[in-house]
Amino acid sequence: MSESAHKEPSQLRQKQMIADHFARLARAKQDGKKVVYTFVPGNLTELFHAFGVLPVYPEINALQSGMRQKSGAYIAEAEKLGHSEDVCTYVKCDIGMLKSGNIGPTGEPLPEPDLLVLSYTGCFTFMKWFELLKEEYDCPVVMLHVPYQGDGRITDSMRRYVVDQLRTELIPALESITGTRYDEARLQEALALSARAEDDLVAVLESAKHRPSPIDAYFGGVYYIGPIFTAFRGTQAAVDYYRDLRAEVEDRIAKGLGPVTPDGVLTEEKYRLVVEGPPNWTSFREFWKMFYDEGAVVVASTYTKVGGVYDNGFRHDPERPLETLADYCHGCYTNLNLPTRVEMLARYVRDYDADGLLINSVKSCNSFSAGQLLILREVEKRTGKAATFIETDLVDPRYFSAANVKNRIESYLQMVDQKRRAA
Amino acid sequence: MNVALGIDLGSTTTKAVMLDEDERVLGRGITNSRSNYDLAAQIARDEAFVGARFELLRRELNDDAFCKRLEARFRRRQHLSQLARLRETAMRETESERVARIATPLRERLERIFDDMETDAHRRLVAPKGSDFFRDLANSAFSAAATRYADRDVTFEDLMSVFDKAIIQVENTRLDLTFESNIRAALADCGGDDAQARAVDRVVATELNVIGTIGTGYGRQRLPFPKDSIRSEILCHGLGAHHMFPRTATVLDIGGQDTKAIQVDKNGIVTSFQMNDRCAAGCGRYLGYIADEMSMGVHELGPMAMQSTRRVKITSTCTVFAGAELRDRLTMGQRREDILAGLHRAIILRAMALLARSGGIDEEFTFTGGVANNEAAVSALRELVRENYGERTINISPSSIYTGALGAALFALRDARNRRAAA
Ligand code: SF4
Repeated sequence: MSESAHKEPSQLRQKQMIADHFARLARAKQDGKKVVYTFVPGNLTELFHAFGVLPVYPEINALQSGMRQKSGAYIAEAEKLGHSEDVCTYVKCDIGMLKSGNIGPTGEPLPEPDLLVLSYTGCFTFMKWFELLKEEYDCPVVMLHVPYQGDGRITDSMRRYVVDQLRTELIPALESITGTRYDEARLQEALALSARAEDDLVAVLESAKHRPSPIDAYFGGVYYIGPIFTAFRGTQAAVDYYRDLRAEVEDRIAKGLGPVTPDGVLTEEKYRLVVEGPPNWTSFREFWKMFYDEGAVVVASTYTKVGGVYDNGFRHDPERPLETLADYCHGCYTNLNLPTRVEMLARYVRDYDADGLLINSVKSCNSFSAGQLLILREVEKRTGKAATFIETDLVDPRYFSAANVKNRIESYLQMVDQKRRAA
Repeated sequence: MNVALGIDLGSTTTKAVMLDEDERVLGRGITNSRSNYDLAAQIARDEAFVGARFELLRRELNDDAFCKRLEARFRRRQHLSQLARLRETAMRETESERVARIATPLRERLERIFDDMETDAHRRLVAPKGSDFFRDLANSAFSAAATRYADRDVTFEDLMSVFDKAIIQVENTRLDLTFESNIRAALADCGGDDAQARAVDRVVATELNVIGTIGTGYGRQRLPFPKDSIRSEILCHGLGAHHMFPRTATVLDIGGQDTKAIQVDKNGIVTSFQMNDRCAAGCGRYLGYIADEMSMGVHELGPMAMQSTRRVKITSTCTVFAGAELRDRLTMGQRREDILAGLHRAIILRAMALLARSGGIDEEFTFTGGVANNEAAVSALRELVRENYGERTINISPSSIYTGALGAALFALRDARNRRAAA
């Protein structure tokens, strides 16, 4: 992003938090801290905090590399090593970064992991990814098996199954690398902080029900979810951040202001959209501008639920520490079955009074993409609103054709216009 | 009289359509899209004006045979005036330093070439299946004559290089080819009577008052139009196809750079669409490459494919590897006819996938775009439609290349009506 981009105060703060985290990581070995690599969906960050362990999220590194225009070279590096063009580009970006000296996106070196933890198995790629990392680092790996919500709910036995794995595999592994005993009180403290931040985050995301929406719940939304889906959930820093963010957003509502975008405040809200699928990171600002130029605001998105979904009322519950973690693992967006996703999207279109649904289908990610056309048709049918489909990728710059994407977005919005006029 | 204009700036050709207030087509124009999009739009527009005046004359006189004769005369005058401009420009080129050594013999040969070209202008213009573009007509005539007059002093290459320089300049200037300035001379050529002359006068005196213009197409962003005068080609194709065939439910457009599958409602309003992703596989360009590779004209591919007796199965329609694919097949000893038949089917298979994604093929189905003129593509389409959807009415208009411009003109007319209603 260029320096001239407009930013909200919370966004600058968020950037600082992330930079601080990377700085902490760079010093980890000196400070005698242990490091665990783990993934965003259904992550167990509170548990790591309870052990004083620092988490690294390879997808975050990849998306940050994408935003900083470094992913193309990393992907090329990984392809040189023999990873095919069809492999998820997060993986290739990460492997390429590792092979290029493992310098993190902020320019600071990343510490080697003491443990690899997989807490969501809905994506098969994750397993292979850690298999590759294990080759590199020769450290212990814990792969939790998290059942798919095939019937659209978490049963007691599913929950018990995951709690058992936490007890018998993950906790002992953390005890062994840190040399400290599991302290449930510390975990509960972190969980209580999570719940507070989660309440405020939900309020922020739901502020988009207002007209005009004070936020963009997709492009702006990815900044808002940064702290909660990464190293900060379960910390006072996150509680403070979300409290202030909420105040900031409420202030925008009071003033009747639209969302802040890198190209300025959106003054005229012409279209309200729901977006399904991750953003494209390599052309993030350009992509956002295509919406901004047309006066389109995203009022709800599913990507902002990748780490975990709070819409159904889920909050981390200090009273049931391990059970609540198990529920969180089960509850991340891509672990939901298609009917649940359809239901969620149709509800968004209605509750947020949106003009329709836009799906950004990314080539890399089957967890997201499989079934998206079906979702599109079904949401269209249930809401009577127009839906559309665009195709890009996460961090592979070769898969973003600006002219093509712009054409589709414009055509779609003009179609929405026509529909409105005919109504 | 009030008219509305639609301009479709395509990647290879630029089209214009003029409508009267009853949504009847008055005139059409087409030209090569060149680096200068403004000019291409101007020329297509000028052509549409000429076409419109002929249409008005037909309405005045009710004498098709005479109008046809008159138009042929008019076209010939137009052609000769362009030729004169070309000669002038070519002669100026001989003054360049570069050819100083051969200036005199070069000039002398050029005079002879142009004399010949003028002499058989008529034959060239009535030749069946000839191109509509001055550039193509002049090119083939010039190179034929150049072969005759080239020798050791002035080579074929010397002559063609002058032509290439001159034709670009001629193409990039607007010529005085209006109806008003050429029609009286054309009328004299045909020996028109007084009544006809008065009708011509009335048509010349009719003011064509443009009440709205809408631009569309691949290069629409480059048109010097305000944003609200630009419409997505997807909407324009939908509406244009609906105007040509009012029972249209599904539209397939295969153009140079993209393929679009569009569903429209009974008013021609787009309800859903799909288009190819960033890659141009399976679009018109692909056939262009294949033709280049075989040293054939694009229009010769279809007829050759129709000669096939054993279609080769081809799955890749990658434009970049088109040449390689073809050479591989040829080395394997497969016949050109059979390979071409396979290629055409492969293109249509890709289009079928897009159609399926957009919601299938409903009754009636309209096929537009440059590829709709290709008989082998059409035959593959008929076959696959029958296999996948059963009997469907397939509409192909001889003026299908104007579908986008027609839709744009309809939008222009409707916008003008709305403006008037609002005023
Ligand atoms: S495939 Fe999707 S869920 Fe899996 S690692 Fe890649 S982006 Fe993540």
